[in-house]
Amino acid sequence: MSFAWAKQYEPQSTFTKWLDEKLPLPRLVYNAVGAGYPVPRNLNYMWNFGVLAGFCLMLQIVTGVILAMHYAANAQVAFGTVEHIMRNVNWGWALRYAHANGASFFFIVIYLHIFRGLFYSSYKAPREMIWLLGVVIFLLMMATAFMGYVLPWGQMSFWGAQVITGLFSAIPVVGEPLQVWLLGGFAPDNAALNRFFSLHFLMPFVIAGVVILHIWALHIPGSSNPAGVEVKQESDTVPFHPYYTSKDGFGLGVFLIAFTAMVFFLPNALGHPDNYIEANPLSTPALIVPEWYFYPFYAILRAFTGDLTIPFTGIVLIPAKLLGVIGMFGSILVWFILPWLDKSPVRSGHYRPLFNKFFWFGLIPTMAALFYLGGAHAEEPYIMLSQIFTAYYFMHFLVILPIISQIEVPKPLPFSITEAVLGKDTPAEAPRTGTAATGDAGTLPDGSLQPAE
Amino acid sequence: MASDTAVISETGSEEGVRRRDWIHIAALSTAGVGGASLLFPLISQMAPSADVLAASSTEVDIGAIAAGQSIKTTFRKQPLFVKRLTPEEIAAAKKDDGTSMRDPQTLAERTKEGHEDILITMGVCTHLGCVPLGAAEGENKGEFGGYFCPCHGSHYDVAGRIRKGPAPLNLMVPEYSFTSDTVVRVG
Ligand code: HEM
Ligand code: FES
Repeated sequence: MSFAWAKQYEPQSTFTKWLDEKLPLPRLVYNAVGAGYPVPRNLNYMWNFGVLAGFCLMLQIVTGVILAMHYAANAQVAFGTVEHIMRNVNWGWALRYAHANGASFFFIVIYLHIFRGLFYSSYKAPREMIWLLGVVIFLLMMATAFMGYVLPWGQMSFWGAQVITGLFSAIPVVGEPLQVWLLGGFAPDNAALNRFFSLHFLMPFVIAGVVILHIWALHIPGSSNPAGVEVKQESDTVPFHPYYTSKDGFGLGVFLIAFTAMVFFLPNALGHPDNYIEANPLSTPALIVPEWYFYPFYAILRAFTGDLTIPFTGIVLIPAKLLGVIGMFGSILVWFILPWLDKSPVRSGHYRPLFNKFFWFGLIPTMAALFYLGGAHAEEPYIMLSQIFTAYYFMHFLVILPIISQIEVPKPLPFSITEAVLGKDTPAEAPRTGTAATGDAGTLPDGSLQPAE
Repeated sequence: MASDTAVISETGSEEGVRRRDWIHIAALSTAGVGGASLLFPLISQMAPSADVLAASSTEVDIGAIAAGQSIKTTFRKQPLFVKRLTPEEIAAAKKDDGTSMRDPQTLAERTKEGHEDILITMGVCTHLGCVPLGAAEGENKGEFGGYFCPCHGSHYDVAGRIRKGPAPLNLMVPEYSFTSDTVVRVG
């Protein structure tokens, strides 16, 4: 799974030779994240977030499995067992704060990872499948985090469960029974709490499975890069180990400083105080909003306040409630067709002047605004602003991007990654070994760029 | 068919369709139907269990509710609003009976004959299920003087009818009957 010039794994000791014949696991690791995996030499720190996301998943699994040893998913005692973790269990507070803030940091990392994909158009051929699997992972993560947030059975847990399962009741005909089926009752209660715990335990492992597919799909074309031109020759790449193991390792250190600072000094800053009040089915908190990482989607949900009607007849085509749900899910589902909406062959935003403007002055401020609006009260002017930004969000993907990719004149692309890094005048480094890159790299037949098995 | 130049199968017939295909289809269909029927218990177990479904009813004493006051109790573990309307509120609700609404209903349809002043509704917003404000003293009653759902801004009028915001339906009126002039049995 790599370029022709990739180093081959050569077991040294008798034991590793024996192992390589029976179960070539070290070979797999060597080819996946070791010296046997050539990676573009020009990756910047935006390419760090995939590894960090993997770290977050492990962190959530380790802290989560431990929390599950002390937690009980029963509406009578759930809130109490979380307090028990906080007060009685040795280091329980640290593990729980690590898990709760770990979820937030997981989303920060994932959002930056997605941002990288959007700016450098990593979703374009030949990497569509990586992108599609990524969207699947994101949806699974959202479901996992939502169900996890229900477990402490505080006020926000309860009303979050009520509102989010209520989304399904918007579906015509089957909606109401579907919500009752999801909850196992007419309102969130024991049945719901228990099944959410079971699924919250399971889903991270499902995510881990999809992550494996995601990385498998990645290793077929290899990583994209900030210049957006494909790897052409050996001088365009460096081996993953030690170059990116050390770069990613440094990034991980920075991440851990920020993460531990939050866990130890601001453990509740990203949470809602109301969740330290035990669930009360008779009283809704004055402001119910989800965790911060769902804000943009919540803002879109609340932006739809009027029914879609046939003008002057009063016939309702789609009621407001269903519109909101369609809008919210649509805002993520639109990512599934993104590789086919943006037809420009140029990947990197650096070489796309028009795209660059709409990205930084259109999409990014829109996302920032939706993040803010999702946490605001459901009143004017926030509703109207949510409507404007929701409209722009969909316009950006469905109208602006396709048009830009038709009319834009991209800047001249560097011939190769090496040229992008070293400049045009420097003579290209002589290939270090005589494997694939013989002769003019620009006229190499396509086959030589295909990773060899 | 006889002229078919299909590959000669193990059975020696010259047809493209082999005798053995039949047993493949039959076996796979049988296993498929059997396997699919296994889904039924797997899905059905998630529906409300018998104890959750067990019919429940609640008795509410309305004698102590003064005009303009509401009480909050529970019915099937969900909040229930019982409100005694003032004459002005009744008049206001009736005046609006004819105006265009998302879920048109008159006050009379939402109360029992002879007890027009007693409005009994679920305290569950028909949008996504929050408990609307307005039942307790001093809470925001919204632009139509009834209930206001803070979650996404649904306004209900004095008769609990949806007038503004994302909720699709009026606050639900559960089944109930008066067992005496001051006691109501819900459910
Ligand atoms: C994708 C990875 C995961 C995410 C995003 C995630 C997210 C969350 C969130 C947001 C909470 C609520 C925290 C709070 O407010 O207290 C939570 C709680 C919990 N999670 Fe996870 N989780 C993940 C993986 C796991 C795993 C693998 C397990 C166990 C096998 C687990 C077990 C628990 C338990 C027992 C709780 C309740 C205790 C508590 O509230 O602190 N989680 N999770
Ligand atoms: S739940 Fe009441 S407005 Fe959304």
